Amino acid sequence: MSRLIAHLSRRYRFSASHRLHVDALSEEENRATFGKCNNPFGHGHNYVVEITLSGPVDPATGMVANLGDLDSFTQREMLSVFDHANLNMLEAFRDRVTTTENVCIEMWSIFSRFVESIDHPQLKLERIHVEETGNNSFDYFGEGAPSRS
Amino acid sequence: MILLTRKADFSAAHFYWNPAWSEEENVRVFGKCANRQGHGHNYTLEITVAGEVDPVSGFVVDLKQLKDIIEREVVSVYDHRHLNFEVPEFATMNPATIPTTENIAIAIWRRLEGKIEHAKLHRVRVYEMPDLFADFYGEGL
Repeated sequence: MSRLIAHLSRRYRFSASHRLHVDALSEEENRATFGKCNNPFGHGHNYVVEITLSGPVDPATGMVANLGDLDSFTQREMLSVFDHANLNMLEAFRDRVTTTENVCIEMWSIFSRFVESIDHPQLKLERIHVEETGNNSFDYFGEGAPSRS
Repeated sequence: MILLTRKADFSAAHFYWNPAWSEEENVRVFGKCANRQGHGHNYTLEITVAGEVDPVSGFVVDLKQLKDIIEREVVSVYDHRHLNFEVPEFATMNPATIPTTENIAIAIWRRLEGKIEHAKLHRVRVYEMPDLFADFYGEGL
């Protein structure tokens, strides 16, 4: 296997609604904590999810991972669930606020399954980057990742 | 230490094909990228170098020099070319050099490494499209 490690990143987009709200807090506390994101009818965003994988470049294909496989996995496991959905209704957020931080963590868990499904022991999920708007973005490097100060 | 990034663009044609495989296998693995007539992209490069700020000039590297090196070593060779036929590192039809975004990042690293004075090449990022890019941080990592 080649020793040449490359990083491959792919961006996907979905549009969804959500509302930041915690049942355990009072209405006043919810409003104080989440501001306009607590608006009872919800609101929406065009999200961008950027997945970064790393691994040796396979000499037979020139690839870290097959993009066709990644695209069809993403369509089936992520976009078909998240696109044009209300995030608060999704099973993944039954016990979690639909902040973009938690969306990152959920994406990590989804795309970890992609890495596990590929017969390629050196393939790694490096980073999940989610843009909620053009001005807000969040990164998650997995549990136990060294802090990047 | 400061990281400095310079962008550049080139437009080129390519296709993916492993000559050791049957046509069916190539199409199965590479999908529409295996079309032997080729297709093309507007590529964007981000070349990041690492170095110290020169106390006299305030520069890590002279940007004009960096631009000229990228132009000479990469853009003049790749721009408006068919990577599989006209660029030496991909023109061999050797399966190790299929012009994927990953291999283009590695090839550009090899073209630039050691040619930039006063700074170290830190990262080569190649965008095939705005939603797809590869990063290479050097050999032996």
